[in-house]
Amino acid sequence: MLEARQLECARGERRLFSNLSFKLGGGQLLRVAGANGSGKTSLLRIMCGLVAPSAGELRWRGKSIRSEREEYSRNLLFVGHLNALKDDLTAVENLQVAAALGGKAADAGRMLAALDCFGVAHCAELPAKVLSQGQRRRVALARLALAPAAPLWILDEPFAALDVAAVLELERLLASHLASGGMVVLTTHQEVEVVAHAVLRVDLDLHTAALLAA
Amino acid sequence: MIRALGWVLRRDLLLAFRRRGDVVNALVFFVIVVSLFPLGVGPEASQLRNMAPGVLWVAALLACMLSLARLFAPDHQDGTLEQMLLAGEPLVVLVLGKVISHWLMSGLPLVLMAPLLGLQFDLPADALAVLCVSLLIGTPVLSLIGAVGAALTLGVRGSGVLVSLLVLPLYVPVLIFGAGSVVAVAAGTGPEAHLLLLGGFLALALVLAPWATAAALRIAME
Repeated sequence: MLEARQLECARGERRLFSNLSFKLGGGQLLRVAGANGSGKTSLLRIMCGLVAPSAGELRWRGKSIRSEREEYSRNLLFVGHLNALKDDLTAVENLQVAAALGGKAADAGRMLAALDCFGVAHCAELPAKVLSQGQRRRVALARLALAPAAPLWILDEPFAALDVAAVLELERLLASHLASGGMVVLTTHQEVEVVAHAVLRVDLDLHTAALLAA
Repeated sequence: MIRALGWVLRRDLLLAFRRRGDVVNALVFFVIVVSLFPLGVGPEASQLRNMAPGVLWVAALLACMLSLARLFAPDHQDGTLEQMLLAGEPLVVLVLGKVISHWLMSGLPLVLMAPLLGLQFDLPADALAVLCVSLLIGTPVLSLIGAVGAALTLGVRGSGVLVSLLVLPLYVPVLIFGAGSVVAVAAGTGPEAHLLLLGGFLALALVLAPWATAAALRIAME
């Protein structure tokens, strides 16, 4: 359970958003909407604990995420708008390092299965620098397919640069994560269909948090 | 925890192996600087012997500083640093892994190369041995302190110059006692006191620097 209380984010003199409160429980999807520059990425970085909010706090299972940083990080999987791939490492090696840092088993077989999930198993032994933008994104997202899944996924524009097949695969993966009681926070400009029993929507243009469907 | 450290180390060594040029750069710089001195100063053996410790140590220090810019900046640019901060492992441990790999790639080659270069300065065998030991203890301190500077200047424009300004004053004691240990052998007083002090610096840096670096990285990512 992730709870935001009266979050405020200011960049210099400009206040991006303030008084933002919401609760995200198991099986719920939180979609952060807003125009470019409205603070979507800032909000996600605050939710990861990378940046401190200028006011308010975030609580994970009742404890402030900044006091229980490592415990919170173990429950979190973040895919930012940077793919976090090393150009000189192969897709498998990149995924292995990511898995090991996330405290997961890093044997090559599991990595291949995860890459296969996103249809990039044939690129497994290629260095990331020769992959296309879309393939790099797929390799970055393959972290989502690694078991055991962290309960909370925070995804910044996960659908960007993906083709139709990869979008469908990601939607399927998100739906099954939500169905098994996981939580997903994402930003996207695309209209995507993710099956969830509850979709929360935070609109940073309107400064509101609303529960869309129950 | 040890496993995560191992993976960071493994990743950085693999990256260094795939981009050998970067590692060789610092070593070539070290060799060139040290080799030019005998040519420039002249073949007076006693003069060369006197200046050898200082020249070798200054060159090692500059060579180490050259590679600091690449310690965290590439990770910062491609987003892997973000993932390290969110790894669920203490950041200090991951930082330590990066510092160890930095030392293995920039410090250790210098230590191995130093005796060969010392011969150009007509250093006797016992002085060469002490030079190696002093570099072996001293260069990890350079990497540890350098990591703090590199983390503090992460994402800042003109960070190369800024790192030098931040880090050089802290390098000075290491330089003094490192070069001093070799001088002490030549003077016949024995290098133990200098080497013990260097060891003290290493212990202190090992305890404090990873924490300072981790804190600096968190600030840099805000």
